[in-house]
Amino acid sequence: MPDVDTQRMPRGVRRSSPRQFLLWILPWCALLAFGLYGAGLCLVKGLNQTNMDNRFAFGLWIFLDLTVIALGAGAFFTGFLLYIFKKNELKAVINSAVVIGFICYSGAVAALLVDVGQPLRFWFTFWHPNVHSMLTEVTFCISCYLTVLFIEYIPILLKNRKMRQVPSFLVFEFELHKLMPVLAGVGTFLSFFHQGSLGGLYGVLRARPFAFREGFAIWPSTFFLFILSAAAAGPAFILLTTWLVSKISRKPLVRPEVLPLLGRISGILLLAYILLKAIDTLVWINSTSPARGFAAHQFYAWKPFGAWILFVEIVAFGLLPALILLRRRLRQSTPWLVSAAGLVCLGIATNRFVLTIQTLALPTLPFDRFLTYLPSWQETATFLAVAAYGVLVYSLSFRYLTLFPQEKDLSC
Amino acid sequence: MNTTSSRPGTKPARYGMAVDLDRCTGCGACMIACAVENNVAPAGPDATPRTGITWMRVYQISNGAPFPDSRAAFVPILCQQCGKDTPCAAVCPQEAVEVDPATGIVDQMPQRCLGCRYCMTACPYHARYFNWWDPRWPPGMEKTLNPDVAPRMRGVVEKCNFCHGRLHAARDRAAAAGRRELLPGEYVPACVEACPAGAMVFGDLDDAASEVARLARDGHSFRILERLGTEPKIYYRTARPWVRQAATQQRKETANA
Repeated sequence: MPDVDTQRMPRGVRRSSPRQFLLWILPWCALLAFGLYGAGLCLVKGLNQTNMDNRFAFGLWIFLDLTVIALGAGAFFTGFLLYIFKKNELKAVINSAVVIGFICYSGAVAALLVDVGQPLRFWFTFWHPNVHSMLTEVTFCISCYLTVLFIEYIPILLKNRKMRQVPSFLVFEFELHKLMPVLAGVGTFLSFFHQGSLGGLYGVLRARPFAFREGFAIWPSTFFLFILSAAAAGPAFILLTTWLVSKISRKPLVRPEVLPLLGRISGILLLAYILLKAIDTLVWINSTSPARGFAAHQFYAWKPFGAWILFVEIVAFGLLPALILLRRRLRQSTPWLVSAAGLVCLGIATNRFVLTIQTLALPTLPFDRFLTYLPSWQETATFLAVAAYGVLVYSLSFRYLTLFPQEKDLSC
Repeated sequence: MNTTSSRPGTKPARYGMAVDLDRCTGCGACMIACAVENNVAPAGPDATPRTGITWMRVYQISNGAPFPDSRAAFVPILCQQCGKDTPCAAVCPQEAVEVDPATGIVDQMPQRCLGCRYCMTACPYHARYFNWWDPRWPPGMEKTLNPDVAPRMRGVVEKCNFCHGRLHAARDRAAAAGRRELLPGEYVPACVEACPAGAMVFGDLDDAASEVARLARDGHSFRILERLGTEPKIYYRTARPWVRQAATQQRKETANA
């Protein structure tokens, strides 16, 4: 049995024993099974299994979707920098980035299918598309990009030792590899649009003044802010996961200069994002919101969502990690680098939380109430199932595929 | 956003409503009439005020003064049939929301609805409702179902459509009488018909001679969240300043309710 297992692993790398690996994946399998049970209840019995309601029409799952898709943006942005801008140092993490992207996007699509009231009608959006809706743009781009990610995942799968024994797979993998720059270009184009349209989802809500933003042509400012923030968060998340996998597996996976490079890319983009976000917030406070009959300070009068959340999002989880990542000395220190990457990811999650949950909690009718919402166990279980699915796919990929090409050399 | 073409040979209407808040007693007859007319199933045992379906919902507001100066008023909220940049119609990914240029009515097509609920997040009036449960009527009560209105299934969104079944029935009657146009008062939603206080007036806002158009021009009339610029077609009227203020001005709360 151990031999069979070893034969499927990449050459020249060490992996844990089958027993250890089994012990690692078992709790995640249990969590996945529990989550699938919760999701199954929602599909069979309906969304009455959730704690969403007519006011809180979106909840934990939409927050999850927006966050994981932003964190999964490392796949497109790393591919963009590697294949289009020829930033060859990023070859060290591109495979891992593709797997993370695939996990994030497929997990989000799975959660979305549970989240809609009539999942069997998913194809209606393709059949009767409303071209004015941001959700149509999201649906089209995410479907196409998930296909691109799947195609990008295939060569990584085909590089598995056992797979390589099939000659036609080798040829197919070689041919696919030649396509990678094209796929990276297509992926980047699609990603720009769906990251943007995810931001546009809330930015176009002209009747929800907390979320509504003016913009350029048909796109609200959140469209552009989401692209930039996802491009900043993607490399930070790859940095974080690479460090985490290295710690858990107790192996060096990439050369020492790779993680600081990812940090620097993230820092530059984050600083640009935070500056634009600050300008956007000032425009919204002074112009957009008052023009629609709402003084912006009113939104922050409802506890617990005070102005502190704005400070946390822009300064603590935005400006601070950007400044850390832009200082060479701090970037070279792993604790600083990893902490800053963690803050970037938290900042993105906070931004998505504010846009999804805070928007819905705030009343628009003058005589309506501020509402709170706590996800049901079925919602939470489905959320955890996506996390467990991600850990399992990544663990299996790490064990049997070459996610970090430099690992072999570093192990020698 | 999808729109249907106007009915050939007929003058388009812009149906709207005027609600007199000084007459409304908050009895809820409009809510009951609405539910019965439109085959809204009774709420199940697990439904909450936030998951039930109430196309017409009466909110209570108060002047906040202590007894004996405390006063209450009631504000019936239904779909405001937004006439400009209709928020729900613009966002629906599969054209399940339709603004009919022949009537100005914002329609929901449950047969096409995916149940994504994006329209519900877009609506500032919270006048859209999701079918969290399968619709069920207690035994025997199914005999009260309105044959002109299809019940909706679990997992789709629904909302007030100014009793579209009644519009079709009125058109059929007019056609049988050899007319293409409806007479004033020939088509009236169930809530307007049921209101015992006569607080609701319905009609064509584009017909300057109509009662609803006259009331909409009245100095006491206002629209809720008018500054959002969506041109709602429900007008509210009151001569009491505090009612108008409570219905139109955002509160400066410091604690959640």
